[in-house]
Order: sequence, then structure tokens, then C-alpha cells
Amino acid sequence: MTRLIVVRLFFGALTLWAVSLVVFAATQALPGDAAQLILGRDATPERLAALRDQLNLDQPVAVQYLQWLQGILQGDLGTSFSNRLPVAEYLADPIRSSMTLMGLSALVATPIALFVGAFSALRRDRGFDHASSMGTLVVASIPEFVIGILAILLLGPGGLGLFPSVYARDGGPEQWVLPVLTLALAVAPPIVRMMRATMIEVLESEYVQQARLKGMSERTVLWRHAAPNAIGPVAQVVALQLAWLAGGVVAIEFLFNFPGIGKILMDAIENRDVPLIQAVVLLIAGIYILVNLIADVIGLAANPKVRVANR
Amino acid sequence: MTEQTEKNTGPETRNGVVLEVDGITVIGRPSDVEIISDVSLTVNRGEILGLVGESGSGKTTLGLSLLAHLKRATEIVRGRVRVGEHDLAALSERQVRRLRGRAVAYIPQSPASALNPALRLGVQLSEALHDASLGRDQVMERVREVLREVALPDDDAFLRRYPHQLSGGQQQRVAIAMAFVGRPDLIVMDEPTTGLDVTTQAHVLETIRSMTRDYGTAGVYISHDMAVVADLADDVAVMYRGELVEHGRTTEVLSDPRHEYTRRLLMAVPLLRTSGHEEPEARTDEPLLRIGDLSAGYGRTRVLEGIDLSVSAGECVALLGESGSGKTTLSRSVAGLHHQFSGEMLFDGSPLATSSYRRTADQRRRIQYVFQNPYEALNPRKRVREQILGPYRHLVGRPDSPDRVVAEALERAALPASYADRFPEQLSGGERQRVCIARAVATRPDLLVCDEITSALDVSVQAEIVKLLRSLQDEGMALLFVTHNIALVSNIADRVAILNKGEIVEYGPVGTVMSSPEHEYTRALIADTPDFELSFPGAPERLGMDAESDEVREV
Repeated sequence: MTRLIVVRLFFGALTLWAVSLVVFAATQALPGDAAQLILGRDATPERLAALRDQLNLDQPVAVQYLQWLQGILQGDLGTSFSNRLPVAEYLADPIRSSMTLMGLSALVATPIALFVGAFSALRRDRGFDHASSMGTLVVASIPEFVIGILAILLLGPGGLGLFPSVYARDGGPEQWVLPVLTLALAVAPPIVRMMRATMIEVLESEYVQQARLKGMSERTVLWRHAAPNAIGPVAQVVALQLAWLAGGVVAIEFLFNFPGIGKILMDAIENRDVPLIQAVVLLIAGIYILVNLIADVIGLAANPKVRVANR
Repeated sequence: MTEQTEKNTGPETRNGVVLEVDGITVIGRPSDVEIISDVSLTVNRGEILGLVGESGSGKTTLGLSLLAHLKRATEIVRGRVRVGEHDLAALSERQVRRLRGRAVAYIPQSPASALNPALRLGVQLSEALHDASLGRDQVMERVREVLREVALPDDDAFLRRYPHQLSGGQQQRVAIAMAFVGRPDLIVMDEPTTGLDVTTQAHVLETIRSMTRDYGTAGVYISHDMAVVADLADDVAVMYRGELVEHGRTTEVLSDPRHEYTRRLLMAVPLLRTSGHEEPEARTDEPLLRIGDLSAGYGRTRVLEGIDLSVSAGECVALLGESGSGKTTLSRSVAGLHHQFSGEMLFDGSPLATSSYRRTADQRRRIQYVFQNPYEALNPRKRVREQILGPYRHLVGRPDSPDRVVAEALERAALPASYADRFPEQLSGGERQRVCIARAVATRPDLLVCDEITSALDVSVQAEIVKLLRSLQDEGMALLFVTHNIALVSNIADRVAILNKGEIVEYGPVGTVMSSPEHEYTRALIADTPDFELSFPGAPERLGMDAESDEVREV
């Protein structure tokens, strides 16, 4: 199994490198001159030239890329154009906030979604199943920022007034509720549906029938015999959804004015702050790859054939 | 249904009767069609009842209802299932659950899919013994004891294994141990040896026999294989369209079947013929297909080594072997579907390329292939007509009269021309396989490669297909008949090649091989194949090659 993980790690690194190429190319393709943007309209040609030289904008693209890549590998993400701070330092707090937001959402959404999915499978074609199936379909078909707006309208100051709708630096823990709820709702439906479908397949299997014929209680059948065999396929979907969080967080942070990487990214794009954009996009891609890697490992660990063969 | 006391049977007459089924009826929802109707039977302690029937006869539904287990959308509407002192059909879910594993246990058809792949054997075996009065040590002691009884290791390392680390035979022994661990009064077995080769099957049947005898357990053995049942069972019950049409002592049923359907079923079973074969005439002409020193494999794994084989025009050569012997690889190599082989392969004197892409259209036309599973070999979205014309257009060309081509092909496969407009889902399994054969013979091939083409079919249908192949052979077609069924080989083949672990261990005229097998493996195969004698008046020539087997189709 270790070998398989190493192989997957290698491919993860390869993907990250490919992403870095794409990100760099995309930011190069942005219209406009970064130096002009930084210094404003009334900059003198001498100052523009000096800044271009400082930012290596005159070098060939390949050289710029290699210098950037070298910087990243040494932990130097460059300096933000707009506020002259090192990117790493500037991003530290937003990363912590965003990670907390994503972690909380995942922690809320995943277990509930798995439970609802498993229970729907057990109650197949009965009331609970129909209700959850309808519910997940409706929620899945609404964009996440609409869910956020609805949550604000219903639970925010304009509605029941239970929770604040805008994040404030000095606010209490209740201001986390709406962003976490929104993200959890956006993430959960596919997990519910996949868990239901996989569990139905597993519950129809002969080994589950055999467990019932051995006289096992439904609880034992569900959690000891069925669930371990459903984890592998479901873990993939959970991973995809959690990875989606890394990108989905952008719109939600904007909506709730939450000081995370999403908001930073929006500002950075507006300011054409290339090093910042590059760093944030690379970070999101990194999270994506990491979460998928974890899902692969869980999928492998859930399969005794792999687990035993490579001991 | 809630009535628990019996009026007519006092305790003394019930002595020894473990299972008593009385008028059980199961219907499907929402159609209300009866899947099994009014079935009654009894089984005594220490005896085995063979429950025989074809697919769709309701034998599995009956078997499961003996454990009060019902598949989705089915329901027991009438009847009693008394096991020991309990009427399972009248008990609540919870009460039934407590009895499963202790009063009645189940051995599944395919242990590979019935053992949980994610759980260690120790867990699966010990949980089957769900008796709250036993401590953990006692449970494990019992598990080890029953493992020894089925001739498996009982050490911790074995208990820590997962199902995939066992062979098929070992998996089935684990399933047997799992059923016997709770010392049940009744064991229901649903074709537990179907996926096993005959040698393993013989061992497993012996284990089942001795276990039921030693434990005094009553057994219900569900099977479509009459030969196995004749070998194993004390009583036989025959199911047909949801009804029990015959029930009696095995010897009596075999010597004097009362019901017409039982007769037909018995007559359709291919019996091992070890004598009375005609000597095939010595051939001096160049064979149609000649294989010399062929070896084949997948990547670095060798599957076949040093294969020499020839098939002459109008001859049926059987390739007999267990799963994993390489027989399908060989037949796929002949058809050009498997490319990784080396050695000599001559067809009508000219060499065949390894890949079908590099064979001439005429070579491809002259070698046709019929696949094992007719349920997967036909495109479900195309009509029979299209399935037949497809290869014809590709290999022969655009026909002047497509209707005639289709009608002729169907006729050669003994199907009415009206079937041309049907879709595969409108056909039974046997009819599907006939369409597959029609598709293969439409291009007028000289060699037909048949890969286990009867193994997915019921015995009566199997007999018809074999009869059809005979008639094709009489028309001059050569057959390469791949199978694991030695009884079938003894009835159809002119010559037989016995394949074991990638090598031909015996090769010769079928009469010689069957009557005086030279290789140890062949002798073991013949000895381990379950067999029985038909002694009732009018018992047919074996394999129902006579006129009477035509009636089987109407059944």
C-alpha cells in the first residue's frame, strides 16, 4: 500500500506542477501592464521601466516562470503588487480563517450526509427516502450563493433574526453559523445521493443477504456488513465535494464578507495583483489534490485486497 | 397462519421430522402472481432432500422461505414452515432472527459473493454463533472445532484472513462451517457447488453429507443438477412452475418417476458414457485446423504450453478442462481474439495470423465463435435480423435477399423465421443461444468454436442445443466444443483433449479416453463426476438424442 501511496503522491506533485504552468500562463494572458496598474495613470516612463526591471517583467516568459517556480519551491511566494507585503505573510490569516470555515462545513456536512444517505437506502421507496431524495435534488439544483441569500433572508436579521449575516472582526461565534450552514448545504446533496445509491447496491448483495440469514440485527447488517463496503466509492465523492469547497468558498466568503482566501482572491483579481492570484489559485489546487489523495488512501485502506497484499 | 398446534400429528409420529412445510404460498407484489403455490414437504433428521427444478421454477424462493426470508416485493400469504417446534411463517421478524443460525441456517450458491469481502473470517464465523449465553472463549472454541470438522486450519492466522485470500473450495467450506457453527436443526443449501470444479465439488459434497449425518441435521439441497442430487439426497422433490410435482425417495423417483415433467427432466440430463462409443474412422487427409506446439499467455504469465490439436471437417473435438485450465484462451486464440500466442496454427493448410485483424475476410468467415453467456452476447438494442445480417454483410457482402439469409440461418438454428423481428429481451435463454448460433452459421463457416455454450442454460434446453449442434455437424461443420462438463463430452464429441493447467494431458477418440483413461487427472475427473442410472421403462438413450426430447421444448 505504501508503494501505491507514493505513486499517488508523485502524480499529485505532477498535477500541481501542471497547474502551476496553467496558472502562470493564465496570469500572463491577463490584459494590461502590471507596472502601469501598480503605479497608476500618471507614472513616469522612468519609474515604469524601473518597476518592470524590479518585477522581471522584461525577461522572457520562460525565465520569469522558472524564477517564480524556484521562489515557490523555496517557500517564497513573491511580494504582493498592491500592498508590498510578502504574499506568504499577507495570506497567513485568511488561510487560517478559510481553512476553519471549510473544516467546520466538512465536519457538519459529511457525517450527516452519510447518515441520511444510508438511512434512505434502508428505507428505500418509503417516506423518508422520497423526502430526502426530493430535498437533495432541490438543494443540488440551486447555486450555492442563492442558498446563502435564502439562508440570510430566512435566518438573518431580515428574517427570524437568529444569526448575523455579515462577518465582523469582533463578532461572536454565532456569525459562523450562516456561512457554515450554506457551505454544508451546498456540499451535502451529492454525498447523500451517492451514499444512498452505493448502500442500495451493497444492501442487495449476497453477503448482506447472508448476514440477514445468519440472524444479524438490522443495525449490525447496516454498520458492520454494509457500510465498510460502501466507504470506498463514497469516499471519492466526499473528496470531490470537499475539494469543491476550496473553490466554492470564494463566492460564499464574498457574500458574507468573510475575510478568507476567497475574498482575497476577488480583490487580487480586481487589482491585477498577479503574485497573489498565483499563490491563491495554486493553494486551492493544492487543497484539491490533497483531499483527493486522502480519498484515494481511504478507498485503498477500505479494500482488504489492497491492504493485505501490500503489507 | 398463527395456528401453532397440529391436530393430526402427535409427537410420536413427528419423531425425526425436523422440517414440515404445509401449503406454503408466496406471491409477488404488486402483480399478485403466485411464485410458489401450495407446497408441502417434510424432511427427517439426518436426511437430505434434493429440491430440483429449472430456473424460474421457484426453488430458490422456496428455499429462502424456509428461513422466512423473502426477497423484495414478495410475500408469504399462506402456509406453515415448521422447523423443530417453531412455525417460522407465523413469527415476528425479531423472533425469526433469533432462530436463524440456530434452528435453521443457509449455505449460499456462491461463497465468493456471500462472504463479506471487508470482514475477517473470524468475525464472520463467530457472529454466526449469536448465542448470548456463550462467552467469547467458548464461541472461538466452537468456531475452531467446526473449522477442523470441515478440514480447514483453525489457527489465529487463518481466522484473521479475508475471504479473497482463500480458494473457491475453501470459501465454500467456510460457508459450510458458518452454517453448522450454531448446530442448526435444518440447513438450506442453494446450489452450493455450482462454481466449483468436479474434484472440489466431490470433496464439498462429502463434507456436507458427513456433517448432516454427524449433527443429525436435516438438509434441503437446492439444485438444477440431477446427477448431484441423485448422488447426495435421500429424498427428491421436483419443482415446476412454482408447484411441487413430485416428492419421494430418491431411488424410487429415479426408477419410477410419476410426473411427466420429472421424466423429461431426467431424460435431458447428460449422463457419463464410458462405453459404447463408435471408433472414429481413421483420417488421413489434412485436418481443417491444425495446432502445433502452441503456447499462449497474458503478459509474462504462461497459460498454455505445447498444445497440439487438430480438427477435421465434420468432426467434433471437445476441449475439456476446469476453470483456469486455459481452454477459453485456446479457443479465443483460434478465433483471433487472443493475440499473445506463438506456435503453428494452420487453417485449411494456410497459416492463421495471431490477430483477427490480420486474417483474411474469408478466414474470418470460415471460423465463427459462439459465446458462453447468451444474455450478454446479443446487442439488446438490435433485432434478431440485424444481429444475423451484421456479420454477414461484413464478411460476405451485401446479400441479394437479406430475408432469405436470415430465414435460412434461423432455420438452421431451428427457430421460426418470424423470430427475425424480435429483440433479445423477447427471447428465452435457449432461444437467445439459438440466435447466437444462427448468427454464427449465417456466414456458412467451416469451423464453429463453442465456448461453454450450454453452461448458462437449463438441462432440457442444453439437450436441445446439443441436438442442434449434432445436426450442424452432420451437415459437415467442424466443432471445437469447449466445456468443463465431462458427461456432455462423452455424449457429443468424436475426440477429446483434456486440458489441465495449460497442458493437454490426454488426447484421443472419446471412446478410448472414457473407457480406458490413461492419465491420472482424467481418471480423477471421471471418478469425481456424479452419475446415476436411469432404470424406468422407456428410459431414453442418454442425452435425449431421440425423438422424445422434442417434447422437452414444449415444457
